[in-house]
Amino acid sequence: MRRATLKPPEGNGMKRVYQKEDVCIGCRLCEIGCIVEHSPAKDVVKAFRNVSPRPEPRNIVEERGPLSFSVNCRHCDEPACLHACISGAIAKDPLTGIVGQDPEKCVGCWSCIMACPFGVIRKNGAQSKAVKCDLCAGRTIPACVEACPNRALVFEER
Amino acid sequence: MLYCAPNKKYSDFIIVRDPDKCIDCRVCARQCSYEAHVYDESTGKVFSDDTRCVGCHRCEAFCPSGALLIRQNPSEFRDNAVWKPWFIKNIYKQAETGGVLLTGMGNSYPYPVYWDKMLLDASQVTNPSIDPLREPMELKTYLGSKPDALRIDAGSGEVRLAGGFTPQIAINYPILFSAMSYGSINLNVHKGLARAAEEMGILYNTGEGGLHASLYRYGRNTIVQCASGRFGVHSEYLNAGVAVEIKIGQGAKPGIGGHLPGEKIGPEISRTRMIPIGADALSPAPHHDIYSIEDLRQLIYAIKEATDYKKLVFVKIAAVHNSAAIASGMVRAGADVITLDGFRGGTGAAPTMIRDNVGIPIEMALASVDERLRQEGIRNQASLLVAGGIRCSADVVKAIALGADAVYIGTAALISVGCTVCQRCYTGKCPWGIATNDPFLAKRINPEIAHEKLANLIRAWGHEIQEMLGGMGINAIESLRGNREKLRGIGLNESEMNILGIKHAGA
Amino acid sequence: MRHVIIGNGVASVGAIEAIRSADRESPVTVISSEPHRVYGRPLISSLLGGRIREEDIYYRPEGFYAANNVTLLTGKTATGINTQARKVRLESGEAVPFDKLLIATGGVPFVPPVEGLDGPDVYFFTTLDDARKLDILAAKLRKIVVLGGGLIGLKAAESLHDRGIHVTVVELADRILSAAFDAEAGGIIARRLAESGISLVLGNTVTKIVRIKKRARRVVLSDGGSVPCEAVVTAIGVVPNKALAEKAGIGVNRGILTDDFMQTNVPGIFAAGDVAEAKDMLWGERRVTPIWPNAYIQGRHAGLSMAGAARPYPGGIPMNSIEFYGIPTVSMGISTPPAEGYEVLARLEPEKNCYRKLVLRNGKLVGAVLVGRIDRSGILSGLIRNGVDVELLKQEMLRDDFGFSDMQPEIRQALLAAY
Repeated sequence: MRRATLKPPEGNGMKRVYQKEDVCIGCRLCEIGCIVEHSPAKDVVKAFRNVSPRPEPRNIVEERGPLSFSVNCRHCDEPACLHACISGAIAKDPLTGIVGQDPEKCVGCWSCIMACPFGVIRKNGAQSKAVKCDLCAGRTIPACVEACPNRALVFEER
Repeated sequence: MLYCAPNKKYSDFIIVRDPDKCIDCRVCARQCSYEAHVYDESTGKVFSDDTRCVGCHRCEAFCPSGALLIRQNPSEFRDNAVWKPWFIKNIYKQAETGGVLLTGMGNSYPYPVYWDKMLLDASQVTNPSIDPLREPMELKTYLGSKPDALRIDAGSGEVRLAGGFTPQIAINYPILFSAMSYGSINLNVHKGLARAAEEMGILYNTGEGGLHASLYRYGRNTIVQCASGRFGVHSEYLNAGVAVEIKIGQGAKPGIGGHLPGEKIGPEISRTRMIPIGADALSPAPHHDIYSIEDLRQLIYAIKEATDYKKLVFVKIAAVHNSAAIASGMVRAGADVITLDGFRGGTGAAPTMIRDNVGIPIEMALASVDERLRQEGIRNQASLLVAGGIRCSADVVKAIALGADAVYIGTAALISVGCTVCQRCYTGKCPWGIATNDPFLAKRINPEIAHEKLANLIRAWGHEIQEMLGGMGINAIESLRGNREKLRGIGLNESEMNILGIKHAGA
Repeated sequence: MRHVIIGNGVASVGAIEAIRSADRESPVTVISSEPHRVYGRPLISSLLGGRIREEDIYYRPEGFYAANNVTLLTGKTATGINTQARKVRLESGEAVPFDKLLIATGGVPFVPPVEGLDGPDVYFFTTLDDARKLDILAAKLRKIVVLGGGLIGLKAAESLHDRGIHVTVVELADRILSAAFDAEAGGIIARRLAESGISLVLGNTVTKIVRIKKRARRVVLSDGGSVPCEAVVTAIGVVPNKALAEKAGIGVNRGILTDDFMQTNVPGIFAAGDVAEAKDMLWGERRVTPIWPNAYIQGRHAGLSMAGAARPYPGGIPMNSIEFYGIPTVSMGISTPPAEGYEVLARLEPEKNCYRKLVLRNGKLVGAVLVGRIDRSGILSGLIRNGVDVELLKQEMLRDDFGFSDMQPEIRQALLAAY
């Protein structure tokens, strides 16, 4: 019998992306960083000009009058998207806590969109797949956070 | 463009958009507060209107693909040494509006900058230079009135200073953040200034707009200002900082008052300035209770009374022709610190003609005031602060060698947090989020980042000042003060050198 | 500790994953009457419609059981539970001993009282095997009648239609999707289905299947009319598959009764998913809610209880997201409320096939129906789940782009701080 060695990260054991609305300037460079990071060439011009239709960012910037902020996936401890997913495309990595999605498995039923309380899963209309944040696995700082010119996005444990 | 007055089409700038790099991401359109970039929904493309561009470079700085370049418009009128485009365009504007030309920041005419005509000394062989990385190098400066002589009490067998001093302020660097009111700049910038001043052990100045309730905690690093409008002045305010500055004049607009339009007076500014929401904040040209040095003395002592003689009183004047005589009166009226603001000093709004044609260079005013106070034997009775166009640490060192105790920086501080000196502060639409209270724009200053940048600027200049001092073989900034032997002029005529009290290079 | 799970659907997976998050060692055995590893049951319509490949239907990767140290017994039907001896008896005669048992047997198709329904050419549409049978038929047949105009019936109809079959849906109610949708929402979908070529027969039902030479030829309707067909698909819905529990003396009502920890009245025996009658967040009572996310979450809470890491089940909220011929729909919570005590806000744009309806009770959101535009609908489910007072947000919530920026700062910041 294997020894229990893995302990899933509990709540505050995980860095997440949080918004600071009082310094978000609504430039949406976070979205651009996200698109570039998830493009094949990882180059800003190629990501926008060589990929058609333009890929969807995985965060959502809300703007209302002077107020703006980015909403980012929280990689929840109890991910409602995962619970709702009918195809098994969404899984939470027990080591990193990242709630990832396999676009190959996604059937575009939008159950995750219905369930996510942050409203942060989008349709990638062209492919009829849902797209969600993968916390830029492999990057030390997620692209959206790094792209933010005003530290309105922070990557930290809370 | 179609419905714009013909002469407005002579744009100052052109927006060069590289079609191979532009990704139509709209970042420029979202950042430009003058709507020089507009996103067109129907084509999904971003278009630019050069006539709206103020040359702030916000778009260029934010363009993620480097597709934008803002250039001076090379379109020129027929070459004419007299009728330069500046005058022609201004006349067009005034013919259109019938109004006074307005501008922001400091005098931008090509008058001589004397900092650039003075050179610093360095030690060679004799009086060896000092390496600030290995040996102590003191930048600490004490502001305040110094006694004519030290009285020593040795009666009890222990040698002590007798009588003590009037209040003094110790600052870790000879650099302060100059007066910029809450209103002309927003609370986020004030927070950054206050926190940076606290971290670096220096002072910032509230300007004449009062002190926001959230900033009282930075009192040990605060100079509160009392200007002709007396906005937000009350007993608690006067006692909130370490000094009170009576502002008589401002280098950018000597002789005239200020005007913060009513539309900029929102709830927070209204509360802080103690004026109704939406009311114009008018600062009269003179203080209506000051018509003489005697009147000034009354206000100085009224403030000293109100602050129990615990706070320093600064008096600030614009550098004008007879600054030296006035400064002498100010010292005799009881000012602990004299602030001289030269004509390159910035402003949130000033009539262009005043900004560009009134006042004198700070270098001249500083040299003559310092000289005059020395001649009268009262230089010790007040510290001398200079402001208006200090651009780098070498300017600081030259100012101190010319006679200043310390300098104020305003424009340089704002540049450190993003200002590109586009001179459109008066519009209230500052795209860098500095000279604006528009809540959408003001967010562009993150106080945390502003704090870091301002503190870094002081830190960096501090290192450089130490290097320059060490090179001259001096190990304390206060030893440089008024040491004009360390300066030499270059390309100056006889009368300029006489006023500056320096020799020509080579002499 | 020996964990045994009867049933191999989503509730079972929820339980396995929960058990393994707290206990990596105790043996877990899953008894499955179906011969397959776990698959996404709602995907059978996608499979039938040719929108996914068969290998895409599986809900967890092939190595799932091994990775989680689970023994999967496929094709084994549990026939009895001995609550005293703590054993599950299988059809094959074997007995599987347990310390903790989860009954996650799901639902069985509801069989309406129709003459001739027990003969040939009648199919159900709840399992992968059902879909495979219909897949073979679809290549041969031309006309099929689908009994039931609910979610399952319409998805079956859509898939069969996509295979080139002329489909007639017969629904007893006067509108389709009557359980979750009101007339407006149902009307948009009905129109779309009709435009696509699916025949809808509403306010009517099949009374008899007429066969010639043992082959179905037509159905007779209650209004006397008839519809020619070569097969009938019964897709009226499912009822809890509770017989096993009932026989073992476990407390049942409509489904197996469970407490806040998904435990039945027999200690150590749990129930979850379509078979369970569990706490409903909005009704404040126990209900059978045969809904996918609830099944996973109930299974998860049962699993946590079984592994000794119990956390109370907060109660489920029914919700469904289904697309019909390019029109996405979402329904959640109490979507068709009783007249008394509820406030309904709605915005209908028939020309755009869009509808947005919100149901409030005591100033809180308790239900919603969205047709056409469903982006960010999860924010609404979050408001329901968190019991947020939305009295001041009524007009904003009706907008398609409703978001956190519409909320008062305290509410927004509290909701966004959570994870």
